[in-house]
Amino acid sequence: MSEPPRARIATASLAGCFGCHMAILDMDERLIELTKLVEIDRSPLTDIKSFTRRADIGIIEGGCCNEENVHVLRDFRRNCDVLIALGQCAIMGGLPAMRNAIMHSDEPLRECLEEAFISGRNIRNTTHNIPNDPALPLLLDEVYACSEVVEIDYQIPGCAPSGDIIFDTLSRLLTGRFRGFGRDMIKFD
Amino acid sequence: MTAFRFTIDGVEIDAREGQTIMEAADEAGIYIPRLCDHEGLRHQGSCRVCTVKAGGRSVSACTQPAAAGQEVENETPHLGKLRRDLVEMLFHEGNHLCPICEASGNCELQAMAYRLDMTAPTKFPYLEPCRALDASHPDIALDRNRCISCGRCIRASQDVDGKGVFGYVGRGIHRHVGLSAEDLAGTDAKLADFAISPEVCPVGCIIRKRVGFATPIGEREFDKGLIGHEIEERRHE
Repeated sequence: MSEPPRARIATASLAGCFGCHMAILDMDERLIELTKLVEIDRSPLTDIKSFTRRADIGIIEGGCCNEENVHVLRDFRRNCDVLIALGQCAIMGGLPAMRNAIMHSDEPLRECLEEAFISGRNIRNTTHNIPNDPALPLLLDEVYACSEVVEIDYQIPGCAPSGDIIFDTLSRLLTGRFRGFGRDMIKFD
Repeated sequence: MTAFRFTIDGVEIDAREGQTIMEAADEAGIYIPRLCDHEGLRHQGSCRVCTVKAGGRSVSACTQPAAAGQEVENETPHLGKLRRDLVEMLFHEGNHLCPICEASGNCELQAMAYRLDMTAPTKFPYLEPCRALDASHPDIALDRNRCISCGRCIRASQDVDGKGVFGYVGRGIHRHVGLSAEDLAGTDAKLADFAISPEVCPVGCIIRKRVGFATPIGEREFDKGLIGHEIEERRHE
């Protein structure tokens, strides 16, 4: 008897710290159980950089802080049947969104970058320039949550989410039994 | 004192004259969510998270007196949604970044979000206000980004400490907690004040310096159980 086709999963890290991808590894030996149900397509884990075919589930870590993040996120929405925002940064901007609260001046982005690269108290930047290499993606005016850019189907909370909540959500989604999170599983830290 | 009975979600409970709905519910082991109310402080009824239906009307359970034969609704889908919306709006009004907050795990706002099944606040736009920090005091700091204007510190300082370090300033959306001096160092606030104790500020606004991470994330108050579980456990005793 041939094995049933496995679901294809793609993942990406946008404005995040890769902690949520590390949290995927926190599923430990349950990863072996999961690989019976899924194969991993485009992902930093496989180093595949673009979609070769449509994926069943896309998992996004991090929000959008630059134009490249938006491009990748839209690419995922186009190529994935179900899109999951994994962790607080993807859900509400997280740590990078701290810059949004200081963005109330006339030239907020300039002020932010000048403090980060030129005028900040502990900066040692011998060039006295804000990096502007053409290869660097342009920063957005603010950090946006994934759901502000594209339609998101499920959000898994946590910073980083526990291996338990990731395994529980994925395994129940794959078998069509997902009915929301248990109250004891919701954590924002 | 006259004793009487009334019902919450169809369960008959005992009450005494002069008790509020919430006080009677707490004694009976029924938890009604609350943020601005705290044991030992005068009731204020401003956060509206404790809203219940009494005789079909919406009232705040922490201020509404219990009455004989009253039929109170508490855990209904409608009230659950209303409370969740209120908590979501509080998340959107300030800068509540749980991953960087030292109160995470001890925070009642966060714990209330867990209890009310809020996985992510996404319905409303974030206001992202610009609020100043006050670290002038040698032992205490204020991070107003996290203040929800519950006024617990105001009542604790006035009624328990007899000081009046904190007070409301402004009206409507501009209402916030102000100080009796230019900054916290100028007030007579002391670390030993009830208003400064960790139980009074429900969020991470009033910070006691140098103890923030004494208990690691994951081993804190609401990592052990949902908010209100110690009240609900009374019901089974």
